[in-house]
Amino acid sequence: MPRPFTPKIITANDLLEGDVIYFTATGSWSRDLAEAELITDEAEAQLRLLEAERDALSVVGIYLTDAKAGPNGPEPVHFREDFRRTGPSNYAHGKQEANLEATANV
Amino acid sequence: MYKYNDFDAAFLAERNAQFRAQVERRIDGSLTEDEFKPLRLMNGLYLQLHAYMLRVAIPYGTLNSAQMRQLALLAEKWDKGYGHFTTRQNIQYNWPKLRDVPDMLDALAEVGLHAIQTSGNTVRNVTSDHFAAAAREELEDPRPYAELIRQWSTDHPEFQFLGRKFKIAVTGAEQDRAVTRAHDIGLRMVSKDGENGFEVIVGGGLGRTPMIGKVLREFLPKEDLLPYLDAVLSVYNLLGRRDNKYKARIKITVQENGIDKIRDLVEERFVERRAEFNGADRELLEEIKTHFTPPALRGGNTQTYLAAYDSDPVFRAWADTNLAEHRKEDHAIVTISIKAHGATPGDATAEQMRIMADLAQEFAYDELRISHQQNVILPHVHKSDLPAIHARLKEVGLATANIGLISDIIACPGMDYCALATARSIPVAQDIATRFEELKLEHDIGHLQIKISGCINACGHHHVGHIGILGLDRAGVENYQITLGGDATETAAIGTRTGPGFAYDEIVPAVERLIEAYLELRTGEDETFIETYRRVGMDPFKAALYPEARKKVA
Ligand code: HEM
Ligand code: SF4
Repeated sequence: MPRPFTPKIITANDLLEGDVIYFTATGSWSRDLAEAELITDEAEAQLRLLEAERDALSVVGIYLTDAKAGPNGPEPVHFREDFRRTGPSNYAHGKQEANLEATANV
Repeated sequence: MYKYNDFDAAFLAERNAQFRAQVERRIDGSLTEDEFKPLRLMNGLYLQLHAYMLRVAIPYGTLNSAQMRQLALLAEKWDKGYGHFTTRQNIQYNWPKLRDVPDMLDALAEVGLHAIQTSGNTVRNVTSDHFAAAAREELEDPRPYAELIRQWSTDHPEFQFLGRKFKIAVTGAEQDRAVTRAHDIGLRMVSKDGENGFEVIVGGGLGRTPMIGKVLREFLPKEDLLPYLDAVLSVYNLLGRRDNKYKARIKITVQENGIDKIRDLVEERFVERRAEFNGADRELLEEIKTHFTPPALRGGNTQTYLAAYDSDPVFRAWADTNLAEHRKEDHAIVTISIKAHGATPGDATAEQMRIMADLAQEFAYDELRISHQQNVILPHVHKSDLPAIHARLKEVGLATANIGLISDIIACPGMDYCALATARSIPVAQDIATRFEELKLEHDIGHLQIKISGCINACGHHHVGHIGILGLDRAGVENYQITLGGDATETAAIGTRTGPGFAYDEIVPAVERLIEAYLELRTGEDETFIETYRRVGMDPFKAALYPEARKKVA
């Protein structure tokens, strides 16, 4: 039996800001993992990657990575992606900083 | 210290203008990432996990106060208010934006700093002894030689596309504070028949195949330095492998061809190159040396120092750990710890950088050094100024008395920043430091070097730590391997693995068990961890690390 396909998301870094971004179902890029498209089919994943790569002039280092469905959209499988969607653990910088600001403004 | 002449300044301005244009062309889409990446790397600009990272060279670790203030300005204006000092005497900014980088480079150029050749397969920032020109047993200031190497290797057409990166370290003392044996080329000054020259060590390196360098030439007259280096690089350039990145460093070239063959080829080439240099390098060296005339050290009594030492236990503890002997009796070398317990090793805020710059200007003949151990040094301080310096450092959290102790940890950025990482290293360092501070054991434990890397590239020098910690990814979980017995000095050695690794939440307790074992095993307070390890070997430490395994066998 072929190994079951692990669902994927497409991610990269923004050319100007350098921060982490995710490819959405509508073909745009979001800074929020929850808005990423969770791709459950292997052939589809390759196709979507090709589509994402059309943005290679404004987006850097595009790749597919494992993810799983969560209550609020895709969630990381590997801890590396967990850090990418959060920020470093020694300072509240990176995405967690933006999140903190967002909660502070509520 | 070295001052740029018109040529240097013009060169830097041109390089920065070129890079500015390249950034523009990348942004407007006329350059692809594949085209742009080698260009940005040549200018020290990486892309990491969360952002770009700009790596700025601090040649041979020497800065003046104006340069330190400029580093603070960059941190504040274009980063998040801090910078990270690294094991290669560089400073890294973790959050620059692409559009800002050309401005950052221009700001650096104003004070003669740059990011050239801090990446790529070139001769990297030449590192040196952070106590250069101040240490008591030094033969000669190594920095003019380091500067000579920098000028020769910067933009050198033959050596811009080497098989792999190339790292050179120089020390002017027989005591090795520059880890010369773990560099592609290490130059250690030695004295023979009253003449100073270099012991040339080649093929050291850490990374996935750690090796201690081998002696290529026992004594190289100083004036032959450049032709000889030129010969080594040129032999490596021809012989070094380009088919496999992991076999491309000169350490592998030496291993595969044998040191004797390399030596013969180098000596042959050296004769040719020396004729080509025709003495121009010696003139340049003489010119460079004029920029390194030692400061006129002041006199005066040391009463205030002695009084503070007797009356203030906090000052005394700091003086005992953070001062080193200066060549002049009434002076001291001050190491400022940027490793407060629980803080990120090597990080300094803009405010801290400014205070250190002020102190250098007021008390230390305007000189600062960055050590490969990720601390900052005031190399020349009259002892009577020490209490005032200590008081000022205290105000900004820079008076930690832990140099050479268990919390004076080298840690690479690891998974918190680095795109190549397999695990985190910073929080491991933070937790170890915090734990031993709680236990109040640090001073009792004495001299101990812990070095942590977040992947096998070994940027955190874990192979040469007394205790080395390597973070790996084991089936999607962080796992930490321990090595013991590494040594970064003139008696350099690669540590030995203890056995299976430890999970993230097990690594600090594991280190604690090692330390408990050491405290039990040592013959007395005078026997350091590394000495005990050398005397008793691995077994007792293994038993302490893996009590379960022992039970199973029993
Ligand atoms: C963007 C972050 C970094 C990247 C991509 C990176 C990459 C690498 C790689 C690939 C190697 C292995 C080279 C080889 O074995 O051929 C290496 C080694 C090394 N790096 Fe880094 N590094 C980074 C950050 C640092 C930092 C922060 C430091 C200083 C704290 C550092 C200092 C070193 C040292 C000392 C070595 C080992 C010596 C040797 O080259 O054999 N690196 N680095
Ligand atoms: S050792 Fe690995 S994780 Fe640490 S900085 Fe170097 S490449 Fe990154």
